[in-house]
Amino acid sequence: MGASSLIVLIIAAIAFSAGGIAVAKILVKGTKNPQKGQAYECGIPTAGSSWNQFNIGYYLFALIFLIFDVELIFLYPWAVVVKKVGMGALVEIIIFLFILFMGFLYAHKKGALKWM
Amino acid sequence: MLSLESITNSIHAWLNNTFNPTLALLLEFVIVGTCAIGLFTVLGLVLVLMERKVSAYMQIRLGPNRVGYGGSMQTLADTLKLAVKEGLTPDGADKFLFNLAPFIVIIISMLILAPIPFAKGFQIWDMNIGVLYVSAVSSVSVIGILMAGWASNNKYSLLGAMRSGAQIVSYELSAGLSILSIIVLTGSLKISDIIASQENGWWIFKGHIPAVIAFVIFIIAVTAETNRAPFDLAEAESELTAGFHTEYSGMKFALFFLAEYVNIFIACSLGAILFLGGWMPLHIGNWSGFNHIMDFIPSSIWFISKVFFLIFVIMWFRWTFPRLRVDQLLNLEWKYLLPISMFNLLLMTLVAIMGWHF
Repeated sequence: MGASSLIVLIIAAIAFSAGGIAVAKILVKGTKNPQKGQAYECGIPTAGSSWNQFNIGYYLFALIFLIFDVELIFLYPWAVVVKKVGMGALVEIIIFLFILFMGFLYAHKKGALKWM
Repeated sequence: MLSLESITNSIHAWLNNTFNPTLALLLEFVIVGTCAIGLFTVLGLVLVLMERKVSAYMQIRLGPNRVGYGGSMQTLADTLKLAVKEGLTPDGADKFLFNLAPFIVIIISMLILAPIPFAKGFQIWDMNIGVLYVSAVSSVSVIGILMAGWASNNKYSLLGAMRSGAQIVSYELSAGLSILSIIVLTGSLKISDIIASQENGWWIFKGHIPAVIAFVIFIIAVTAETNRAPFDLAEAESELTAGFHTEYSGMKFALFFLAEYVNIFIACSLGAILFLGGWMPLHIGNWSGFNHIMDFIPSSIWFISKVFFLIFVIMWFRWTFPRLRVDQLLNLEWKYLLPISMFNLLLMTLVAIMGWHF
């Protein structure tokens, strides 16, 4: 089967989850209660919204990840042909990874990898 | 011999002989969709029970043993219980994203099933970029998790989702690099080619030490990517109640739970395909007698047993190691696993070019 199987799988997934939720909707008679709609924070009344400023550490890691992920995408086509191309490809990728690794060491030195 | 490949072929031939091509194709689609849903349900039922039984025996207790023979119907009973629970949406939540998130997570884990070969020639779509597809699509699931955590408008959920995001994207790198070190050897991203290249032995045996290092790193990385203990910071019960799905209840929670287990299955089957030969029986070089005996065991049994062995190993981790702190988790990835897997990839390339592997 070709690419159309992906559409089939998406439809199957939607049907599966929507079916499950719909069955629950039919079976359950919900009750109304103002306490029910509150956020669950272990019994303590919620203080403010949680959509506010957040620890920057996560974003730093996401940024470094972005660089390495692009590198990984570059490596995929390289990995497929490296056995045919031979030593030249290995030398080239060592240069590429060396430059990248220097950037990684710079980020490390700047303290980007330290958890705050 | 009765194999899944011949069954699918005969169904395909029968459909094409009986109906006109369009209807036959449509019926095949229906069959594939039904099989995928069936597989999903069966995997959920089996893996949840397996998890509970394995945990129980590791802690010297019996686990679920009341419903059905040896507790075999326990998961079904739990699912029924979840089906009659009310699916709440908090008042403060972003209602659209909150209800969309379980769908995203389920769609992603369903999509990754496409290139997985469950037996010889039994695969939904043997695409030429199979491995890249699996690693690309599986990384989208982090969007579903972040969506769920953010939309809940709950501090625990947000914190769990953020941690989960940082963890999944970080460990994806070393998982990707260890996948690449096998791609270097096979020279193809197509899953059937990768399995065919292991006809005279699995890569974990043929690829020397770099393959073993890559395998270990891969297992650690997928444990983290599927949010399993000891990397289950996203839903660390003792500090975040349930992490990103704190606010989910009833069937929506069940969908998250199911997707989590299916993701474990998919990650383990990728490991089995790359390192343990997928459905390929245990072949040793030119020992044709031994290879013949091994061929008598059907390929589906080989595949399922390898995958379940890896799942067992991941469950074993859970009861062996204590949970990491978030800084230790990120240190482990960025300061150890990533540099090691990068050098390991270069080492593997050298081995592949010089032809030192078997």
